[in-house]
Amino acid sequence: MTEPMVEAIGVHKSYAGVEVLQGVNLTVARGEVTCLIGPSGSGKSTFLRCINHLEKHDAGELRVDGELVGYEAKGDKLYELNDRRICQERSQIGMVFQRFNLFQNLNVLENITTGPVKVKDVNEELSKKFARELLVRVGLEGKEKNYPTQLSGGQQQRVAIARALAMEPKLMLFDEPTSALDPELVGEVLDVMKDLARSGMTMIVVTHEMGFAKEVADTVYFLDQGVIEESGDPKVVLTSPSSPRLQSFLSKVL
Amino acid sequence: MGTNGDAAVKVVPVRHVGQWFGLAFLALFIAMLIHTIFSKIPSGVRKCHFVAARYICHPVLKWRFGWNDIFHYFTNHLVLRGLLITLELTAIAMLIGIVLGVFVAIMRLSHNRLLSGAAWTYTWIFRGTPVYVQILMWGAIAFLYPQLAIGIPFTHIYLVHFGANSVFSLFNAAVTALGLNEGAYFSEIVRSGLIAVDEGQTEAAMSLGMTRGQTLRLVVLPQAMRVIIPPTGNEVISMLKTTSLVSAIAVVDLLGAVTNIYNQTYQIMPMLIMASLWYLIVSTILSVGQFYLERYFARGALRTPPLTPIQRVRRDLRGIASKYRTRRGVRVGAPS
Repeated sequence: MTEPMVEAIGVHKSYAGVEVLQGVNLTVARGEVTCLIGPSGSGKSTFLRCINHLEKHDAGELRVDGELVGYEAKGDKLYELNDRRICQERSQIGMVFQRFNLFQNLNVLENITTGPVKVKDVNEELSKKFARELLVRVGLEGKEKNYPTQLSGGQQQRVAIARALAMEPKLMLFDEPTSALDPELVGEVLDVMKDLARSGMTMIVVTHEMGFAKEVADTVYFLDQGVIEESGDPKVVLTSPSSPRLQSFLSKVL
Repeated sequence: MGTNGDAAVKVVPVRHVGQWFGLAFLALFIAMLIHTIFSKIPSGVRKCHFVAARYICHPVLKWRFGWNDIFHYFTNHLVLRGLLITLELTAIAMLIGIVLGVFVAIMRLSHNRLLSGAAWTYTWIFRGTPVYVQILMWGAIAFLYPQLAIGIPFTHIYLVHFGANSVFSLFNAAVTALGLNEGAYFSEIVRSGLIAVDEGQTEAAMSLGMTRGQTLRLVVLPQAMRVIIPPTGNEVISMLKTTSLVSAIAVVDLLGAVTNIYNQTYQIMPMLIMASLWYLIVSTILSVGQFYLERYFARGALRTPPLTPIQRVRRDLRGIASKYRTRRGVRVGAPS
């Protein structure tokens, strides 16, 4: 078996004395889609943000593509990575946010090309060409010159996905990508994500869309109060959960 | 009646009797003001004519506000030179203040305690002491450091050294004082602009692998401009007036030039009024510039940009016209 894309062993994180993550164990194989579900405040988003080091985890081991996140092991010591190395690690992991977070001062095309041009030193013309291809892929050709505020939420989120993909990431993180959308716009974003999953992208999706999890995910993790309460095949976990807490959670969301 | 679309109803507006009294008093006050501004008073000189075998004397009148003196000195070369110095001081001090302010604001928000501490201390000192005192101190810097030198610290090995007075000419001392003081205020403006940008923007930039510097330069600062620009206009106008304090260290700015003139001619009030008129003219021009700059930077953020003065006049005229129409009776109720 090849090395997993993401491996977490006993990941801990606390804010001001509150332990948000209390030892999360999780493995994501290459090309797999993993959904993280759980009540709000359970630590789903925090864990996702630890994976690209937007948050520093306090204890435990977190590896992406075999490399420790944010640290380097030499002998029996861990050395914190400098900013440049952390940026380099992040540039290989795409992230899509709940509130899209498109750069308000840049138009759609610039939003997509800024990363490759400024971070990866890709030629500007090449990255524009790639950006247009990505816009076609997310169904937004012709919107190159629009500014984020001129787009609907669903369109903004699709641009955000294209922006992340422009970096050619090996892993994509989605932090409740449809939670801020009007119900009729959720579908268009999920379609793009399904398409991405079919193309073999490794994805970790924090979501409340149980339908999406059931249809697309290879594995579902149920996170509650900072620990993985239950995990496995979504068709099993979501239809006949064994843990009472997951049972009660599902009865509320479904 | 309301449901019938054809019913025209005569609308009688509420009569505001009190308003008419207020208006009358205001009109009276304005009339008195205009009268006193353009009134004449005896100049102390009497002029006598020999008419019909006797002298008839009457006092010579002069403008109370000395309008003829103001007019006479308005474009005097000393006054214009002073005005130029004022404008130079404003421009250079603002430039120093803006550059310094941006750096200090960024330092202040840094995670590095040393940087943010240094920035805080700078702001604390320069914002916490009167700018007038700062100007006096920079003017007298030679008492503290007669010689300035570049060399190895704590030794007497110098590469270059020069007299403090050659570097800190009075003009340079004034500009330094004003610029450093402005930097402290401006850093707070920039800081509020940076804070106003949604944190999600920084996170998105970081998640793409941008460094802190790139995030700031490419994403945060351009968006902070919308918040930073409007108070900047204010600061420029404020600086224009603050420069008048430099006459404390004998820099001959607009106020200095005017003071020099009235010290010889004793036309104190007319000269001060003249200086005020010049300050008013320049600050009016600046505030017009500020209006259009703000309007430009509000683009994209506001759905409807504020009206330009010309547009506002047009709207008001239209408003008056429609009000006139309402007075004569207006259709009430939607047409069915």
